[in-house]
Amino acid sequence: MTNEELIIAQDLSKDYPIGGDFFRALDGINLSVKQGEFSGIIGPSGSGKTTLLNIIGALDTPSDGSVNVLGNKVENMTHTESANLRNNFLGFIFQTYNLLPVYNVYENVEFPLLLQKIEKLQREEMVMQALEWVGLTNKAKSRPSQLSGGESQRVAIARAMVKKPKIVLADEPTANLDADNSHHILKTMVKLNEELNTTFLFSTHDEKVISYLKRKIMLNDGKLVDDILVN
Amino acid sequence: MLTLKLAFKNVTKAGLRTWLNVLILSFAYVLIIWTDGLYDGMSKQVVGDMIDMEIGGGQFWERNYDKFDPFTIDDAYAPIPENLEELVKNNEATPVLFRASVIFPQGRVQSAILKGIDPNQKVLKFPSEYLNTGESDYIPGLIGSRMAKNSGLKNGDIVTVRWQDVNGTFDATDIEIVNVISSYVQTIDNGQIWIPLKSLQEMIGATNVATVIVLHKDIETIPSGSPLWEFKDHNFLLADFYNYLDRKGMGSAIMYGLLMAMALLAIFDTQVLAIFRRRKEMGTMMALGMTRGGVIRLFTLEGTMHGILAIIIGTIYGLPILYFSAVNGIAMPEAVEQVGLSLNSTLYPVYGIGLFLSTSLIMFISVIVVSFLPTRKIARLNPTDALRGKIA
Ligand SMILES: Nc1ncnc2c1ncn2[C@@H]1O[C@H](COP(=O)(O)OP(=O)(O)OP(=O)(O)O)[C@@H](O)[C@H]1O
Ligand SMILES: [Mg+2]
Repeated sequence: MTNEELIIAQDLSKDYPIGGDFFRALDGINLSVKQGEFSGIIGPSGSGKTTLLNIIGALDTPSDGSVNVLGNKVENMTHTESANLRNNFLGFIFQTYNLLPVYNVYENVEFPLLLQKIEKLQREEMVMQALEWVGLTNKAKSRPSQLSGGESQRVAIARAMVKKPKIVLADEPTANLDADNSHHILKTMVKLNEELNTTFLFSTHDEKVISYLKRKIMLNDGKLVDDILVN
Repeated sequence: MLTLKLAFKNVTKAGLRTWLNVLILSFAYVLIIWTDGLYDGMSKQVVGDMIDMEIGGGQFWERNYDKFDPFTIDDAYAPIPENLEELVKNNEATPVLFRASVIFPQGRVQSAILKGIDPNQKVLKFPSEYLNTGESDYIPGLIGSRMAKNSGLKNGDIVTVRWQDVNGTFDATDIEIVNVISSYVQTIDNGQIWIPLKSLQEMIGATNVATVIVLHKDIETIPSGSPLWEFKDHNFLLADFYNYLDRKGMGSAIMYGLLMAMALLAIFDTQVLAIFRRRKEMGTMMALGMTRGGVIRLFTLEGTMHGILAIIIGTIYGLPILYFSAVNGIAMPEAVEQVGLSLNSTLYPVYGIGLFLSTSLIMFISVIVVSFLPTRKIARLNPTDALRGKIA
């Protein structure tokens, strides 16, 4: 089912305490993201992109307003509930890849499935399929330290995608990659978005990423300043 | 179950980090058991030597004898009672007579206790046979190496002794040191000269008297005492030594604690470092859907597994070492003989199951605590740090 609203933010604000004062990193954000979107939050450094993604990913809570993710109110969730939400329905891709250093590629991708307590045989199938999506089946036994930046980020994508989450949150996934690798990765994500109807929400100020986006959510100084749909 | 699997995986995958940790821990583990066993072996050995050489299977004391009061010595003698006389004939007991004296080694004045013992006694492993010197102008005397050092006497020396006989009359004679025995038991050594029982009895002018009567250590039934003769069992006779051990035990407990602290510091250190180094890893795990509790359990379990591995590894390489040293003994350097207790030159450590179990248990629990404490801090860690991509 398309057009279902997976993420709804209403009057969302976030204050960070600084000394005795507060810094408003997000200011009255209203936003909704539908299933299957390939959209990005675009803004200069410090505009609050990461903060917004963190709250949508239930890693952080809003100071004001409400965020509904897949029917769960983020502001009311316990640690365990938010962990379960991430475990079952959310995938994360980080700017710095964040692969688990002692695991090889296969084990990194397998990790979310272990948390979901999926059986070994099924796990194997799912991991290999995810590695196929990103074209890394031949590197299954490699350690993260042996991979290039592009390969590492592809592993991270496979790890985010392996459990076929409803939503993938990608915080500047190309910031550490060169042009070739950036395009490769973006194409991979577009493909997964089309094949699996996975919702992608980026944070970026990278032109390469922006050129792939179908929706551009512009953020400045914690405020949503524009929201552009690309045909 | 999942946490267990993951912890196991993390520990085995971490390679060098794990093995360094485990190795340090296992060293400490083996060392703790080794020193403790050595210590136990040491005291067992000293007790064994004391029984062999001095206290036998218990002693009858003449009722006036009080070992803490040297002034009682000259009053503490009585005829050997008949039932004990029987045992003496059967080599199941041997009488020893004590007498206070003053000796004049190299012109100095020193007090010493003369102890008369039957040169042919078979009750104690005490080398009294050295006193069988045949015809001589001098009474043969036997001293321990400690006494030799204190008095400056050596083999072949003649020393003048003065004592009081039963009537309180002073008398003096010369004793020839016929041997210096390197004694393992301090209490047969310090400030004493051993001479033949008959000679001492003649010197004080009383026949067939003794101060203590030592039973053979293998004696089956303890004969009955009398108002004159009180039986002193091992508990009593070894009490001083055990007190001494208790005081020493403090030292060994400190040693034990120190080793343990070293080991735990190693774990604590790695765990604290792990928080900072693996912050991102933990944030990532949480972002991937692991609960905070799950992360805490995982990291605590990882630390705990180091402890378990250390115990296993330590047992694998430690057991042969410990077994070997228990069977073959450990050659003690000279220096050890200088400390309070004199020891055999070869020491046999004693390792009890209890020692293994208690050390393992203490190790295990400490490792859990020390892993948990720093890991608990993670509960306050904000997983957003990981998402923000901070390298810290
Ligand atoms: N934990 C925090 N405590 C205090 N202030 C914070 C904290 N996290 C973020 N901020 C502030 O909030 C604002 C938004 O930060 P955020 O990381 O969301 O920006 P961003 O748009 O992701 O920037 P970048 O493009 O550099 O990643 C910044 O001014 C930042 O300094
Ligand atoms: Mg950011």
